[in-house]
Amino acid sequence: MSIEVQNIRKTFGSFTALDGVSLTVGAGELVALLGPSGSGKTTLLRIIAGLEQSDPGSGPILFHDEDVGGRRIGDRAVGFVFQHYALFRHMTVFDNVAFGLRVRPRKSRPSDALIRHKVDQLLQLVQLDTFATRYPHQLSGGQRQRVALARALAIEPKVLLLDEPFGALDAKVRQELRRWLRRLHDEIHVTSVFVTHDQEEALELADRVVVMNEGRIEQIGAPDEVFHHPATEFVMNFLGQVNLFGGRVEEGKIHFSTVAFDAPEHAQLQNQPVKVFIRPHEFEVGEFTDGQTCIRATISRINSAGPNVRLLLMAETGESLSVELPQERFRQLKLQAGSQVYLTPRGLKVFGDDYVI
Amino acid sequence: MIHLQTARRWLRKRHSVLPGFGLTLGFAMLYLSLLVLIPLSSLFVKSASLSWADFWNTVSDPRVLASFRLTFGAALAAALVNAVFGLIVTWVLVRYSFFGKRLVDAMIDLPFAMPTAVSGITLTALFVKTRGLGKLLYDWFGLEVAYTPLGIMIALVFIGLPFVVRTLQPALEDLDLDIEESAASLGATRFQTFRLVIFPAILPALLTGFALSFARALGEYGSVVFIAGNQPGKTEIAPLLIMNKLEDFHYREAAAIAVILLLASFLILLFINIVQWWSRRYAI
Repeated sequence: MSIEVQNIRKTFGSFTALDGVSLTVGAGELVALLGPSGSGKTTLLRIIAGLEQSDPGSGPILFHDEDVGGRRIGDRAVGFVFQHYALFRHMTVFDNVAFGLRVRPRKSRPSDALIRHKVDQLLQLVQLDTFATRYPHQLSGGQRQRVALARALAIEPKVLLLDEPFGALDAKVRQELRRWLRRLHDEIHVTSVFVTHDQEEALELADRVVVMNEGRIEQIGAPDEVFHHPATEFVMNFLGQVNLFGGRVEEGKIHFSTVAFDAPEHAQLQNQPVKVFIRPHEFEVGEFTDGQTCIRATISRINSAGPNVRLLLMAETGESLSVELPQERFRQLKLQAGSQVYLTPRGLKVFGDDYVI
Repeated sequence: MIHLQTARRWLRKRHSVLPGFGLTLGFAMLYLSLLVLIPLSSLFVKSASLSWADFWNTVSDPRVLASFRLTFGAALAAALVNAVFGLIVTWVLVRYSFFGKRLVDAMIDLPFAMPTAVSGITLTALFVKTRGLGKLLYDWFGLEVAYTPLGIMIALVFIGLPFVVRTLQPALEDLDLDIEESAASLGATRFQTFRLVIFPAILPALLTGFALSFARALGEYGSVVFIAGNQPGKTEIAPLLIMNKLEDFHYREAAAIAVILLLASFLILLFINIVQWWSRRYAI
């Protein structure tokens, strides 16, 4: 079932949480709402769920072209998974998962045998079938979150909404659960929206990523697209590390630090200040200068634990830079703290006040 | 392996930043003995100087039995009333914010702070059938409050309320809103959410509050004697009967009645502890 929201506004007192947000999620899609805290992503999710009401004057909330804006959460057929699991701690795992079926009105309530069958199936799906008689406090965080997921799926939701589902877990468990959720989604294909502030999680898990900031959507796109072609300065900044230079465009060239690059498409601009962003892995590190396009810098710190070596450097023009290079290249260059290197940007992203190169 | 670790933990004292386990334990034991154990055991010693037959005769005297019935009955009724209305009061205090909430919250403790005789006299003056609220109740509904078991119950409700509210408050505050939201998202009605999710979570605290209020009501004297009227066999509570026996120099009989009350209180405390142990079984 598809989800469509139009022009959603929400204010809490004088704070604007959502400032006219519109979004469409296709049937069977897995979409991430990504943004820093206070960006409105959780509020948007809660409005879609029906846990929060949008301000008057907002557009409709459509599930499969049907306006559900006036319905209570229980009548929207959404499965909601909370960051802190929100399990009923006086109930066993089995009773937790069965809850949504048992509270149905007598007419539509399945028989006990059917409930048992269904819950067993769901527990198998989340790989917790041997834990049915345990209480939530006897489970690990990852297991609890899987119970919460099974419980949400028990009501056969048309839409699955997850509010920072892995936010309270260890890094290692988080990664495992992330892959597992992706596999699960490929199996059951329920339209899903999840909220996260972890860009890695959003990029790895989602079909499409919605980057939000200060109550607005900055960009919507496939992970590849938002990472490699950020629409705004904010998206560039938020999705991974960047090095920032203040520069200017003049006579078809971009000048920053000690280098200049051709920008023929902006030949008409004269003396325009711009911001230049370069990701750490988009520098070529060399021992010798190759003339015009190098930035001379001194290594102040080396961190070689990891697949890549990360260098912290001080450019001769005073910027502090962070650069990533492969281990082999690092060993080849025999770099040490204090060595001087020449950095050649391979790719850069330029943002002016109102345009992007 | 686990056994070994547990054993080791028992054998070796766990390191703590603040020393002094032995000293403080000794002090606590001495203090409890002086303050609680010795007076209470002397009560048993005193009543033990009665033969079994005399003990039985004392506590099965119709007047004594009537006082037990009244004391236990009124205390139980008051504790039940407090459990129901205390829950509502606590709910309002925890869930909503409104003008004067802090004041209302402070008011809960007034029955703790007031001298019991003052509350007793105030309640009596309020509920006598010749004037004020008592007159209205009598004229409109034919209800006599002062000098009846109903009046005793009202006095016991008054002094027991803070116990329920103050034990329930932290339990209700601990409940996360997302538990209710998740119940709602699973299709539970508001009533189902309360009955199946909230109520079981606060039940242990409610039972504890109920038991504390009950135990307090069993021994209450000051606030009750004024409103009770103290007619033997009708509105005479057990603590008052003890006073009467003492005034007549029947010390051993007074002790016998007291032992029964003490045992009842002890059973209630045992009940509280079992409830707390039971509720910890699914504490996160």
